[in-house]
Amino acid sequence: MTDDELIWRIAGGSGDGIDSTSQNFAKALMRSGLNVFTHRHYPSRIRGGHTYVEIRAADNDVQSRGDGYNFLLALGDSFARNPQDEAYYGDEEIKPLSENLDDLREGGIIVYDSGLLDSEDVPELEERAEENDWHVFDIDLRSIAKEHGREVMRNTAGVGVTAALLDIELEPFENLMEEAMGGDILEQNVEVLHDAYELVTEEYEFEHDLRVPEGSTEEEQVLVSGSNGVAYGALDAGCRFIAGYPMTPWTDVFTIMSQNLPKFNGISEQVEDEIAAAALAVGASHAGVKSMSGSSGGGFALMSEPLGLAEMTETPIVLIEAMRAGPSTGMPTKPEQSDLEHILYTSQGDSNRVVFAPGNPAEAYEQTRMAFKIAYDYQIPAIVIIDQKLSGENRSVPKDFFDRQPDPDPGSVLTEDEIAEAAHDESGKFQRFLHDTEDGVSPRSLPGQKGGRYLATGNEHNLSGHISEDPENRVAQMDRRMQKFQSIRTELDEDHESQQSYHGPEDADYGLVVWGSQQGAVEESVDRLNDQGYSVKSIGVSDLMPYPKKEMTEFLESVDEAIVVEMNATAQFRGLTQKELGRFGDKLSSLLKYNGNPFEPWEIVEGFEAQIDGEGQTPGTNTRIEPAAGD
Amino acid sequence: MSAFNAIGEERDIDRDEYTPGIEPQPTWCPGCGDFGVLKALKQALPEVGRSPEETLLCTGIGCSGKLNSYLDSYGFHTIHGRSLPVARAANLANPGLEVIAAGGDGDGYGIGGNHFIHTARENHDMTYIVFNNEIFGLTKGQTSPTSPKGHKSKTQPSGSAKSPIRPLSLSLTSGSSYVARTAAVNPNQAKEILVEAMEHDGFAHVDFLTQCPTWNKDAKQYVPYIDIQESDDYDHDIHDRGAAADMAQEAEESLADGKVLTGRFYVDDDRPSYTEEKQAIGEMPDEPLAERYFDEDYDWESERSYDLLDRHA
Repeated sequence: MTDDELIWRIAGGSGDGIDSTSQNFAKALMRSGLNVFTHRHYPSRIRGGHTYVEIRAADNDVQSRGDGYNFLLALGDSFARNPQDEAYYGDEEIKPLSENLDDLREGGIIVYDSGLLDSEDVPELEERAEENDWHVFDIDLRSIAKEHGREVMRNTAGVGVTAALLDIELEPFENLMEEAMGGDILEQNVEVLHDAYELVTEEYEFEHDLRVPEGSTEEEQVLVSGSNGVAYGALDAGCRFIAGYPMTPWTDVFTIMSQNLPKFNGISEQVEDEIAAAALAVGASHAGVKSMSGSSGGGFALMSEPLGLAEMTETPIVLIEAMRAGPSTGMPTKPEQSDLEHILYTSQGDSNRVVFAPGNPAEAYEQTRMAFKIAYDYQIPAIVIIDQKLSGENRSVPKDFFDRQPDPDPGSVLTEDEIAEAAHDESGKFQRFLHDTEDGVSPRSLPGQKGGRYLATGNEHNLSGHISEDPENRVAQMDRRMQKFQSIRTELDEDHESQQSYHGPEDADYGLVVWGSQQGAVEESVDRLNDQGYSVKSIGVSDLMPYPKKEMTEFLESVDEAIVVEMNATAQFRGLTQKELGRFGDKLSSLLKYNGNPFEPWEIVEGFEAQIDGEGQTPGTNTRIEPAAGD
Repeated sequence: MSAFNAIGEERDIDRDEYTPGIEPQPTWCPGCGDFGVLKALKQALPEVGRSPEETLLCTGIGCSGKLNSYLDSYGFHTIHGRSLPVARAANLANPGLEVIAAGGDGDGYGIGGNHFIHTARENHDMTYIVFNNEIFGLTKGQTSPTSPKGHKSKTQPSGSAKSPIRPLSLSLTSGSSYVARTAAVNPNQAKEILVEAMEHDGFAHVDFLTQCPTWNKDAKQYVPYIDIQESDDYDHDIHDRGAAADMAQEAEESLADGKVLTGRFYVDDDRPSYTEEKQAIGEMPDEPLAERYFDEDYDWESERSYDLLDRHA
């Protein structure tokens, strides 16, 4: 635990504007030169139900949600169901104040809206506050809001109180309000903000130590989510066609693309189902447009067959899989990494696709760009895996990071002049699927090009696309398609910076292995473990297929023992690693979590200690250690 | 300069151009109605002036899906039931293409029924030919969505308890702006209807009765057929949706009794195509998207995510 950071939790009801208030709060801190990270927790409901956002702000880079929080702003839940009685979902009205209260750090601050919440509903609040040195402020935020405007402005009152207690200037908040609203609404919000601020500074005495750390970042930063990263990476990769069907959490990417594609003279299609969505992406790409689609687990399941069609016809497409907890409908708004095997292998036949799993919003941008490049150069589907956590987390990223050139290269397609020189069969059909190519990539034409006509088919086919079950041709076509794997792995290893993220001392004794969205929490725990005297490093793996055999072998050979940290119950990435490398079975244990919440760094620290020094059992119930399978 | 010079090329097109130089071994049975679709299409395409290389024929799975093998053009033999979503996206990506989708009654009215409804609803500017033989042919004679009630097959040993789907009514209700039925046994009408369907600006659905002599031995061979435009017994207004609905219903019900009513059921020339609708709301560019990646003058620099960052600051 560090004191040089603020973790501000704003909690209330779903539909009460918690998200937009937290965004503005995060931006205000970011503008002051701090680095920020947001973590969002929400129920699968339209209105009502406990929701919170945590904003972690520090001067140094923040990679993850922190351990607990040190400031709680508890607002009322306007849409709480069964507020008073014992109910199926528990007493929802008090949850913003009572839920996860034990995670509030010692010396932390609680501000709650006494206009809506009664502290007597929280068992022994006073005693617990005394024990933990919590500073509790009951302020009637609702009345302040109602006095100047509407009740919903109690969020703004809460921000005013926060600013007063932490000694933050109001100006950045006012500026953000001016950018977002106008007229009476703006005027009323500004009045609420000031009133709340003055009430606290004038009428309350306080002696807590918590303050906002001072930020020293001078370059301009922007607050972007993993979904922003994916969408902006796709746009800059020259993607101008998306087809989709709404599903949480994939909807974020689909929404951002749909709002921006018309500005970039592209096309977005919301269609009847995910089978259609993926098939449209195939159709648009077949006709020559860089195209994408995507979904979350259940919708992605429907895409299996068009995905296989793209593999067999060698049609480049990029699909996004935004994972959530499964099986079936699972927990729609909770993250999990349990779709890995589904994504790697779904669809009949030997799978022939590229799969990347970025670990943060900046990597989401880079790797989505890379997915398009590989897909269109090698005529292969590429899948980018994110999850509910990465999709919704916001981080400050230097604005310059996005100062990049778009990539309009359509990949390995021929021009009409090149087609004229290329091979054709006796009947004049273009030989789209030539066997003998250097890297497995055969020449590609587009419908409407002169001299390029051929047949694309999901059946096995000969050089010009005609259906063929000839054994020799079959083997040659299969081998050529599979050869692309090797070519892609070689390109990723030799021509680009590694997409794996390394952290910690190179000569460390122990390793943590992580993939995708949990990378930040693992890297933070590596720092803490080294501070505690352990010798630990981590690798965050993004290349899942083709698997980075060389890098992983080197990493695993260099450590005595490694723990694979992932959010699923069956250690899927560890299984993949053992399958791909065929060794290290006695070196790899797993730390697993699948309760619907992402890892917090302390859980990884404890898990590490339990596995390396302890009895192999984590103290809490949130995580579980799966011992090494052995060789 | 276009990167797709087969599109809009001014020249005479010979119907032989659609015949592959090396024709693959036909897999259709002798007497199969599918030959009738192939022949009508080979006649209709030159008549509307579209060459093999500006034509994209997307098929589904089934006997009908083999159409791609015998018609030489750009082709996409997709997966079962999904020819429409592939075809309509190709049409959006490059509206200059002559996009035709084709599949069987199981493909289009069964497994792909949802796509049929939505493609009709959206009124994409393309032609959809459904080879309707009232049976699953390629899988050896099972009852299909258009098989008559009581149809016996290996998978329906006691006879189907289901009434057949009503393809013409469904098409009309869903929003198709051109709805017709023709039959392989009536080649002249078939060609004329395909010409009209391709020239129509919007989603043109042709329910094409293709007899299956192998699996439907007892079925009427769609002879004699009645052309409802030629017959004195019928004179419904093809621009009147209500009259069209009545005519469609009669045709669907009488088919089971051996009365084969064919012709145009509904034509709406006023409904804008989906492309026009998308362009009207500013969500589709005027220039074909597919051209952009080859257009050296296109200003890609003005389309950068960097310029979207104000809301993130």
